[in-house]
Amino acid sequence: MNERLAAAFRVLPDYLGHHVALSAAALALGVALSLPLALAASRSARLRWPLLTLVSLVQTIPSLALLALFYPILLALSALSQRIFGVGFPALGFLPALAALTLYSMLPILRNGVAGLLNLDPAVIEAARGVGMSSGQRLFRVELPLAAPVLMAGIRTAAVWVIGTATLATPVGQTCLGNYIFAGLQTEDWTAVLFGCVAAALLALVVDQLLALIEAGAARRSAWRVALGGAGLIAGALAAAVTLMAAGPPAYRIGAKNFTEQHILADLIADRLTQAGDSVSQRTGLGSAVIFRALAAGEIDAYVDYSGTIWADVMHRTDHPDRTTMLREMADWLRREHGVVLLGPLGFENAYALAMRRDRAAALGIRSIADLAAHAPSLRLGTDYEFPVRPEWAALRAAYGLRFATSRQYQSTFMYQAVVDGTVDVISAFSSDGRIAADDLVVLSDPRGIIPRYDAVLLIAPQRAADTAFRHVLSPLVGTIDIAAMRRANQMVDRARDKRTPAEAARFLAARAGLR
Amino acid sequence: MPSAETLETDTGTDAIIALDAVSKSFDGARTFAVRAANLEIGRGSFVAIVGASGSGKTTLLKLVNRLIEADAGTVRLYGRPVGEGPGHILRRRIGYVFQDVGLFPHMTVADNIGVTPKLLGWPRAEIAARVAELLALVDLPPDSGVRSPAALSGGQRQRVGIARALAARPDLMLMDEPFGALDPVLREALGREYRRIHDDLGLTTLMVTHDVVEAVLLADRILVLRAGRIVADGPPHALLTGAEDAEVRALMDMPRRQAARVDALIDGTTSDE
Repeated sequence: MNERLAAAFRVLPDYLGHHVALSAAALALGVALSLPLALAASRSARLRWPLLTLVSLVQTIPSLALLALFYPILLALSALSQRIFGVGFPALGFLPALAALTLYSMLPILRNGVAGLLNLDPAVIEAARGVGMSSGQRLFRVELPLAAPVLMAGIRTAAVWVIGTATLATPVGQTCLGNYIFAGLQTEDWTAVLFGCVAAALLALVVDQLLALIEAGAARRSAWRVALGGAGLIAGALAAAVTLMAAGPPAYRIGAKNFTEQHILADLIADRLTQAGDSVSQRTGLGSAVIFRALAAGEIDAYVDYSGTIWADVMHRTDHPDRTTMLREMADWLRREHGVVLLGPLGFENAYALAMRRDRAAALGIRSIADLAAHAPSLRLGTDYEFPVRPEWAALRAAYGLRFATSRQYQSTFMYQAVVDGTVDVISAFSSDGRIAADDLVVLSDPRGIIPRYDAVLLIAPQRAADTAFRHVLSPLVGTIDIAAMRRANQMVDRARDKRTPAEAARFLAARAGLR
Repeated sequence: MPSAETLETDTGTDAIIALDAVSKSFDGARTFAVRAANLEIGRGSFVAIVGASGSGKTTLLKLVNRLIEADAGTVRLYGRPVGEGPGHILRRRIGYVFQDVGLFPHMTVADNIGVTPKLLGWPRAEIAARVAELLALVDLPPDSGVRSPAALSGGQRQRVGIARALAARPDLMLMDEPFGALDPVLREALGREYRRIHDDLGLTTLMVTHDVVEAVLLADRILVLRAGRIVADGPPHALLTGAEDAEVRALMDMPRRQAARVDALIDGTTSDE
């Protein structure tokens, strides 16, 4: 327990610094955009309704989806800018998170701004005109000061929303306090989840109180309150900037998808680079569709993917050659099409598999997917979010004629729990998952060989292809991790008792492979 | 110190305000708030505008300082069309007081009074001296300058409103029901006080009121409006004694009839009126 807390505190300056920087930038941008819009909307009734409806609509988009949507949008814009101006920009990490959070912050600021400006005493406005103020003087000397308390209340709401929603920036590759939550959820490390939640809540509370001070200052025309609150906010933002700048830009960025094995392997790679004297940062929790494009675009330097994923999703191949041919063709294609280097397979496979509780499978006499087909109409299927839309599932369904009574999707941790407690009968498991053995599940065989191979392969970004020092540090990993070792490492992290951190599991893997 | 004298041009008349066939409609010329108004107001006169609600009194007043722009005709101030420059520059030379006062709640009393001089770029010390002078003029305690408008009574607020309108030494004061929100005793007292200020400073005042007694007792000249038209125009005595229009006569008779009923009450005789 102490080791887990200590691990959480070690990365706190990094996570918190990024979280503060991101939230501050989004809020500042949100205020800068919303104020003129609020002003325009308060002046023009024709503009007011469409504008407020639009920002309300943005608010109805689930925040995670809004963040995710900005990745492809920015990717397309970057490609366009590359073609026209010759310069692209990173579509992962800070920018999509900033864009989404800025949009998110606009509703309360805009709504309160419009309300504040529209609900002013008409007598005061008439007096402002009567004494000879121009429309600009009226705005700055009368309308804005009088609308300030209501406006500040809106900014306060926006700040709390932004700080809370920023925890969802992890999957688009932006480091933030959400890294605790996403990693913790995947590895069933509830200490980390709670740590992330508490840290974000405390941050929101502190910022809210500072803004409350400014709000009170604006309402009571008290300059010292405004100054104190403003100084607190600026100090916080500066501290975050200094923390991030002191850390400096990392030499290498290692990517990881959002599941235990990926966290362990990213730690394993990062450990080796750190030992070689390089500075490393991790972009963890990236979506499966996002991560390869991030590598090809040079936004991360290396990560571990699986041959079947690349083959079907990236190369769009539907044939099933033997393993050697598949790996050779893949390496050639990656190098040719994207400049990506396939350093080699790590030695284990993490394929999709259909799994059942051993007792349930035995009772029904199911040993293979072919056996399963006859019982499927009365069985319930549980999958992760991705499986139902993957080509493997379409192929399996077609080949074996699989039709289930119901199908439910789970975050993978909860998927295993669902099959253990009998909520579902069959799940889309992963062959290297430690929980298969731990939960006493059986993997159903695939007699017709429909599921492609999923060898874990180490991929290197184009800009590191000629970095011999980098390749030299990573190449000893090739062919050294067998399926048993990987299952045990995964199990160390996922199990409920005597849990280990991914970093500890990575050290176990390194020792097991004789790497140190 | 800036002075309105520089604006004066030789027009061969001593009229400060001149309206020439001025019309204003708020519904695309179906009905008129002010219709074909012709009017000249001389320097130093105290003119009251009376008439029923909706007769166009306020519109006529606001056409002068361009809080409302005329649809047709010309409003001249010191012989010059008011439409020549920006409206807010024009308004800095004209005092404006209205029923709701509209003191700026986020400023002190002193800052409220000094707002127009500040807009005109007066030096800080001169503004402070002027504020002190005005507080005395409208009979407010010298220390009330640092107070917030919220801490004042209704009568005090109206005094601050008058001081604010006078701050930049305008020649012309436009007043829209200035004492309408006050109780009758205070209203009477403040009206007389303002009349004294008007005489002492040599102001020209145009005041909208629905109260005929107030108009009769304060003004030198009364305009009666009906449906946007000026239907009577003359000194109080002339209108009280010989108005041609029956409705104007009925309106101007009102104070006398009310006084008669009050007298009857005091005498103990009943009146059927």
